Amino acid sequence: MIHQQPKLDTSPKVSDEVRKTTCYMCACRCGINVHMKNGKVAYIEGNRDHPVNKGVLCAKGSAGIMQVNAPSRLRAPLKRVGPRGSGEFQEITWDEALEIATGWLKPIRENDPSKLAFFTGRDQSQSFTSFWAQNFGTPNYAAHGGFCSVNMAAAGIYTMGGAFWEFGQPDWDHTKLFILFGVAEDHDSNPIKMGIGRIKARGARVVGVNPIRSGYNAVADDWYGITPGTDGLLILSLIHVLMKAGKIDLDYLARYTNAPCLVIENPGADDHGLLLRDADGKVQVIDRATGEPAPFDRPGVRPDLTGTHVQNGQTCHTVMHKTVNRYLSEEYTPEAVADRCGIPAARIRALAAEIARVAFDEAFEIEQEWTDFRGETHKVMKGRPVSFHSMRGISAHANGFQTCRALHLLQILLGTVEVPGGFRFKPPYPKPVEAHPKPHCKATPGAPLDGPHLGFVRGPEDLALKPDGSPARIDKAFTWENPMSSHGLMHMVISNAHAGDPYKIDTLFMYMANMSWNSTMNTRGVIDMLTDKDESGEYVIPRIIYSDAYSSEMVAYADLILPDTTYLERHDCISLLDRPICEADGAADAIRWPVIEPDRDVRGFQTVLVQLANKLKLPGFTDENGAAKYTDYADYIVNHQRKPGIGPLAGFRGAAGDKAGRGEVNPDQLDRYIANGGFFVEHVPDAARYYKPWNTAYQDWAVGMGLYDSPQPYLFQLYSEPMRRFQLAAEGHGERQPPDHLRARISQRLDPLPIWYETDQHGNEGFTVNALTQRPMAMYHSWGTQNAWLRQLHGRNPLYVPTKIMREQGLEDGDWARVTSPHGQIVVPVMEMAALNDNTVWTWNAIGKRKGAWALEPDAPEATKGFLLNHLIHELLPPKGDGLRWANSDPVTGQAAWFDLKVKIEKVAGPEEMTESQPAFDPIKSPVGTGPKTLAWKVGE
Amino acid sequence: MTQLPQSTDRKMGLVIDLDTCVGCHACVISCKGWNTENYGAPLSDQNPYGADPSGTFLNRVHSYEVQPPEGHAQLIHFPKSCLHCEDAPCVTVCPTGASYKRSEDGIVLVNESDCIGCGLCAWACPYGARELDLAEGVMKKCTLCVDRIYNDNLPEVDRVPSCVRTCPAGARHFGDLGDPDSAVSQLVAERGGMDLMPEMGTKPVNKYLPPRPKDRIEDQIDILAPLLAPVADEPKGFIAWLDKALEKL
Repeated sequence: MIHQQPKLDTSPKVSDEVRKTTCYMCACRCGINVHMKNGKVAYIEGNRDHPVNKGVLCAKGSAGIMQVNAPSRLRAPLKRVGPRGSGEFQEITWDEALEIATGWLKPIRENDPSKLAFFTGRDQSQSFTSFWAQNFGTPNYAAHGGFCSVNMAAAGIYTMGGAFWEFGQPDWDHTKLFILFGVAEDHDSNPIKMGIGRIKARGARVVGVNPIRSGYNAVADDWYGITPGTDGLLILSLIHVLMKAGKIDLDYLARYTNAPCLVIENPGADDHGLLLRDADGKVQVIDRATGEPAPFDRPGVRPDLTGTHVQNGQTCHTVMHKTVNRYLSEEYTPEAVADRCGIPAARIRALAAEIARVAFDEAFEIEQEWTDFRGETHKVMKGRPVSFHSMRGISAHANGFQTCRALHLLQILLGTVEVPGGFRFKPPYPKPVEAHPKPHCKATPGAPLDGPHLGFVRGPEDLALKPDGSPARIDKAFTWENPMSSHGLMHMVISNAHAGDPYKIDTLFMYMANMSWNSTMNTRGVIDMLTDKDESGEYVIPRIIYSDAYSSEMVAYADLILPDTTYLERHDCISLLDRPICEADGAADAIRWPVIEPDRDVRGFQTVLVQLANKLKLPGFTDENGAAKYTDYADYIVNHQRKPGIGPLAGFRGAAGDKAGRGEVNPDQLDRYIANGGFFVEHVPDAARYYKPWNTAYQDWAVGMGLYDSPQPYLFQLYSEPMRRFQLAAEGHGERQPPDHLRARISQRLDPLPIWYETDQHGNEGFTVNALTQRPMAMYHSWGTQNAWLRQLHGRNPLYVPTKIMREQGLEDGDWARVTSPHGQIVVPVMEMAALNDNTVWTWNAIGKRKGAWALEPDAPEATKGFLLNHLIHELLPPKGDGLRWANSDPVTGQAAWFDLKVKIEKVAGPEEMTESQPAFDPIKSPVGTGPKTLAWKVGE
Repeated sequence: MTQLPQSTDRKMGLVIDLDTCVGCHACVISCKGWNTENYGAPLSDQNPYGADPSGTFLNRVHSYEVQPPEGHAQLIHFPKSCLHCEDAPCVTVCPTGASYKRSEDGIVLVNESDCIGCGLCAWACPYGARELDLAEGVMKKCTLCVDRIYNDNLPEVDRVPSCVRTCPAGARHFGDLGDPDSAVSQLVAERGGMDLMPEMGTKPVNKYLPPRPKDRIEDQIDILAPLLAPVADEPKGFIAWLDKALEKL
């Protein structure tokens, strides 16, 4: 047949209309263009104008169309009519659902608001949900940070006023060496992929420190396959080598950190180890010009890193002095740490040498004048092109807080934070601890809580304790067990509520948290707690309200289901009051808006909270006559003001919509956002782009934007005074005293200079292999696996086992292995992986599903071969015989120590000898049935 | 059975950077989305919510582990779609003329109205780049988004294949590989771009940029050793060094 070509229309109409909103297929919050045909979603692509993704979009984002048509979407409010866990529900109207909820919540609020525990999972509206909880009056509110990554966030804020991900980013334009720590590939994922692509395109080096060489580590130029839980030790060794070689930035340390601050030497007294302050409370440094103490911020002062000061006959030294004494110790030489880290000493030295070379030999300057907080004007901005970043992995251990602190110490010693080429904050960060609220926990019947729930403690006086010293919160956040638990401890709520420790609750109210499956430790145990009854035949946790958009495993365990919309059917705001979408060069926020209307009887959860607040006549939502201030969430977004002129959205404020940050309410604000592509961005002025914590141009800009009430220059905290205050309490000082059994732990673990310690190995005898999970880049939480397109990418999750263990155990790909931990066992399929730490196994998180959930058929591989490691992890450590319950959490913040898991592995069967992973759970009855047998989703003609 | 054009005016194709691809599958799903809604029949899925779901994809990412003789194992992510070969065996094997290579730009397409779903082209393709859509019974393959790259209804910047537009890591490039001065040809020249399985004689237009050498940080240690020469061995000596260093600031 001779060559012939048909006529082809190469300019077909793309869509009827493009609606621009914000993605919610993960926590990245990219801008999306939703192409509409015939009123339906035809195609989703990235928004080129958007500050987060600049046009690109990941697999999840493009698969959003399959989320919106998902057969697992809940269709109407449900009332439980069978026993908990049976999945027996009756569809009810919203009027009835709201009546039931109000009937439960009203008496709680009138009698004892703490009987409500309200926890909101993967919530992106925490400034709103916390406002609701505060007005309700319960102290028991948090989102999922406590089981996710509070170590990362809190260590960053306590050390340098910001952390990674939403808080800050590498200077992708200038960095020449990018070092990425930690397992996981989800947080901030498109910006990190874009950044890695950009720096590799210009030949910069990428180093990955991660037990697993997948994803970003697969493209890293050098891979450090570290032993899980030893990142802090490696970092302190790098500090040792760099410091010993004098490769630290002395000028930066003297000017911008508390390294020159004097530490009070007064053994046995209640101020021993605190920082020396003047009568105004300003920390003191020795001025090299005068040799005398001076407040750190006095114009013209030249802080001396090695100054001393004699007080009461004792010589006070600087923080720098303490830092040198600690990290020059032989215990941190590469040779001393190599075996424990699983990395040869020569490779540790090579990494240190490369860091030193790039930081100091490739230092550069940007021609940009700027003025610091002491009034000194600098002609240029000095750059050090080494940047660090970290994913969740390093924080998911019981030494995670100190490990994250150590990483920040390393980058601060190098002088590479907030400088060109280094790590940069995103507004509203930098923001020191002093600019954050303290936790509040005083509940009063019929009244709001005395302030915001979550915050940053400065010392024992800020703990959430009742007058008798017992925990005020159901999750025991901000107690001596975990004093600096800034995000709460979601993973302890059900366990504590079931145990009545510290007290019993009446209603558990949750949102987007799959607590009877992958969002909990000890899944079987938690299911039992949710269904357990007391002697009178009543449920131990009497009432459970749950909101979800999908038929998740948790639905069957609630008494009342409030069905949420999908992300394309709702209003949302990604607010500067919360976790905004800013980039280092701009303050930005965004909205979601209903680009389609729901075809089911569902409501956005935040709107339901407004409606409940109005029925309960909560202050903040109703006026003095009880009349509603807001009809729904959109109304709240536009009209709520946290302070005069400051609301959930910073853009298009004022009557004319021309004010940014501060400005009166603009009734047309949402329309202006929609016209602008769903977001708003205000760029940081050139003179304010770097050195933000100390740069007057940035500070003034931030005040103008409403990010601060007044300029907030501060010093980076190599030495953490709040931690020292807890140590002083443990040493017997102060009114508030820890229980005796926690004194030693507080003294050791709340060291004000970063330390590394091996996590509690009690009960781990015989369990020697580290077991981890991470999420694939193409999935997020449980939602992904129901997605018809995404589940074809990652519908199976074998246990990835390193070659060495495969050989030792005689395992072949597809074999079934028993994986045992001190807490439990699972039997799962295995697959060999060579690019993996020799003593670590891992699997993809949240692929495994329970039969009957998510509208999947019962023989779906997620429900047969899929599995969770959660069955192997307990929320409590093994009993030590002291009669106490020790949480499997970081002793500083309470972060769930998921990655401390140790297991052993043995072969039990060949590939064909078993068909299902163990434990196999009974199917749960689905409220939505299962999906169609074929799919060919074309909405246009 | 079907003839290829004598030559093509341009050789449009993809350059895929294996040094940068993180294996995120963004290109896979963006392609699925665009091509389900656009060119020809939708890309269907069988058992989308059941056991063994399988659907039509025009682009897939495979991952391979590589164990070099020395050093750590590596993981390579390898996106694969039609390579728009100059000597495309899938075209010549077609009994109906449905498979064809465009003379203006070299894109290999299937005219679905002439396709009888016999599957010969899929057998002939050494790369496994064609997939028979089970719902429609026609052969599907990468069109290089022929309905995007010349589309007057799209802004000019968006006239690229959807996989290129969406790739977060910037690992996919699109252009005329027949023009030695094009950006893609330059990239191929600079980075040693390679043909996939050249021994098959298909002369693929798409090129792959190989991964850069890895795990070489220790090779620099001799040169770098002076960088880490200790300024002092003990804390006391270090403080003295600090004092001196501070004087120089």
